Amino acid sequence: MAQAIVRVVALGKSYPTAAGPFPALRGVDLAIEPGEFVAIMGPSGSGKSTFMNLLGCLDTPTSGDYFLAGRNVAHMGKDKLAVLRNRTIGFVFQGFNLLPRMTLEDNVALPLVYSGIGRDERRALARLELGRVGLSDYAASLPSRISGGQQQRVAIARALVNAPQLILADEPTGNLDSHTSDEIMTLFAALNDEGITLIVVTHEPDIAAHARRQVRFLDGLMVSDLPTPARRAGQARSAC
Amino acid sequence: MLKAMLGEAWHAMGANRLRTVLTMLGMVIGVGSVVLMMAIGQGAQYAVAQTISTLGSNLYILISGSTSAGGLRSGGGGGPTLTVADADAIAELDGVSQVAPMQQGTQQLVHGANNWSSTVVGTTPAYFDARSWTIVSGYPFGDSDVRAATRVALIGQTAADNLFGADDPLGKTIRIRQSPFVIIGVLGKKGQNLDGRDQDDTVIIPLTTAQRKVFGNPFPGSVRLIMVQAHSAEAMPAVEKSMTALLRQRHRLREEQDNDFYLRNLAAAADSAAETTRVMSLLLGAIASVSLLVGGIGIMNIMLVSVTERTREIGIRMAIGARQKDIRAQFLLEALIISVAGCLIGLVFGVLGALSINAVTDMVIVISGGSVLVAFAVAAGIGIFFGFYPARRAAALDPIEALRHQ
Ligand SMILES: Nc1ncnc2c1ncn2[C@@H]1O[C@H](COP(=O)(O)OP(=O)(O)OP(=O)(O)O)[C@@H](O)[C@H]1O
Ligand SMILES: [Mg+2]
Repeated sequence: MAQAIVRVVALGKSYPTAAGPFPALRGVDLAIEPGEFVAIMGPSGSGKSTFMNLLGCLDTPTSGDYFLAGRNVAHMGKDKLAVLRNRTIGFVFQGFNLLPRMTLEDNVALPLVYSGIGRDERRALARLELGRVGLSDYAASLPSRISGGQQQRVAIARALVNAPQLILADEPTGNLDSHTSDEIMTLFAALNDEGITLIVVTHEPDIAAHARRQVRFLDGLMVSDLPTPARRAGQARSAC
Repeated sequence: MLKAMLGEAWHAMGANRLRTVLTMLGMVIGVGSVVLMMAIGQGAQYAVAQTISTLGSNLYILISGSTSAGGLRSGGGGGPTLTVADADAIAELDGVSQVAPMQQGTQQLVHGANNWSSTVVGTTPAYFDARSWTIVSGYPFGDSDVRAATRVALIGQTAADNLFGADDPLGKTIRIRQSPFVIIGVLGKKGQNLDGRDQDDTVIIPLTTAQRKVFGNPFPGSVRLIMVQAHSAEAMPAVEKSMTALLRQRHRLREEQDNDFYLRNLAAAADSAAETTRVMSLLLGAIASVSLLVGGIGIMNIMLVSVTERTREIGIRMAIGARQKDIRAQFLLEALIISVAGCLIGLVFGVLGALSINAVTDMVIVISGGSVLVAFAVAAGIGIFFGFYPARRAAALDPIEALRHQ
């Protein structure tokens, strides 16, 4: 068994509120191997986004440990976490989160600016990723000129541009219609086939069905962790 | 990295062009007025320095009181308390380089049909050296002229222009109180003195001639004024002391009696005039700096607005790997660009303003590289100072909070 890309041990997160600390996560244990495609499900308020923020190094846990590619990042400083977000992790958000004044190419290239990569190389890599999500023709467009589904593809290209070890997506299809959602999930599945590790939060079982493994949260705890049934039946593409 | 950031800053500023321009305008006005005010202030200082250099250096004027009473009483009926012999005695003191007894007053000058009223100074040759007065044509009178009370005169530029117009006054005769004087020299131009009086509106004649033919003097051997020049500025306090002691002794003043003469330190007057203009130009600069400060606050204000508006953008940038210092640098750079660009434009306007004042008035305007450099450094400083707080606020944002921001 390869080293887990993500391993959390008794991970806990409490938010300070007026009524005292509120435990959004109450001790989660989970390991994810490279090349996995995991869907995280659960009702609203069960702590999915909190968990994703911790996995994405946007926040630090109040208890427990988080090993990202073998390194414990639970107590790392802000700048080191920023470097991890830049090099090791790619984010896809529900609201796309493209910078509205930048061209798509510049949006995709933005993580490379913070890795200190030169302009020509940034440009070449950004075009490559735009091609990968099928949007080469729109390199010079602004985000407002393209559809939501296309914007999410650009966001995926941006997440991929620095060749991260892990892609995190918190409800990436939340703002999209079911057809476009399906396209995005198909794209994710294709990327997973290329060996990219994916963790996707979703409410919808149809969407989760694209993943190979489904994890359920309830009240800040992980309550189930099962392979996707269709996959278990051996109908899916095989990339293992 | 810096190039990418510059490009982004350009983009961000371009997205809100009017706002950027208005913010810059604050700096433009600030820097422009600082440059202009400093130019005016330095011009005034330069003009005063020029004037001071024409007065002659390290000078004292002794002004006599009157003999009618023990104390000093001006405008009394008695004779002057100072004498030519006093002047000769002062000339022997250490540290004294020139001593010139003087008698002066306003007199009507006549040449042919032309009349001109001018200051006539009766004195000795030492006066020319004490005042470092150049002679552009002809020559000065000598001690023999003073002894023989010859009727010779040196004429200043203004008096010459008014009496002779374009003609050369040299060798011509003017009349003062009916007495004819031959002009043997023309004085170099000095311009105004510190009181704004034209120093070139003058005629200089031997002291003896002045007393006998022009002013008349019922008290032979006495004079109203003595000009004394010290060797150096350092020697002045000692000269002042020994001169005062000498005169008191010569005038047989008792311990409790006041001086029967005034002593006026022209160097001190010049210093205080220079100091006054220096303070004035500092004040001008300080007032102008207030507008620079206001411009800086404008930058801070806009940067704070910008940070709030772009909170989500900051969150996105942090999520994809911007470190705190990257965010800080981005906003600092924007503030710096606004202030430095505003400064450059302000410099241009300030210099243009100074040049146009120069063109339409006779005010002296001096633009020094120093003042330009100062304005520039201050602008950059303001950009960093007032940009720092907003930039730090941006960098301190929590990525999750920022991403949630609408
Ligand atoms: N910054 C915060 N301060 C206080 N409480 C918070 C904070 N963020 C989240 N919570 C609380 O923590 C719990 C888990 O929130 P979280 O956003 O992780 O839920 P979620 O599973 O993503 O829900 P959804 O499906 O609606 O997105 C919720 O009860 C929420 O109110
Ligand atoms: Mg959520």
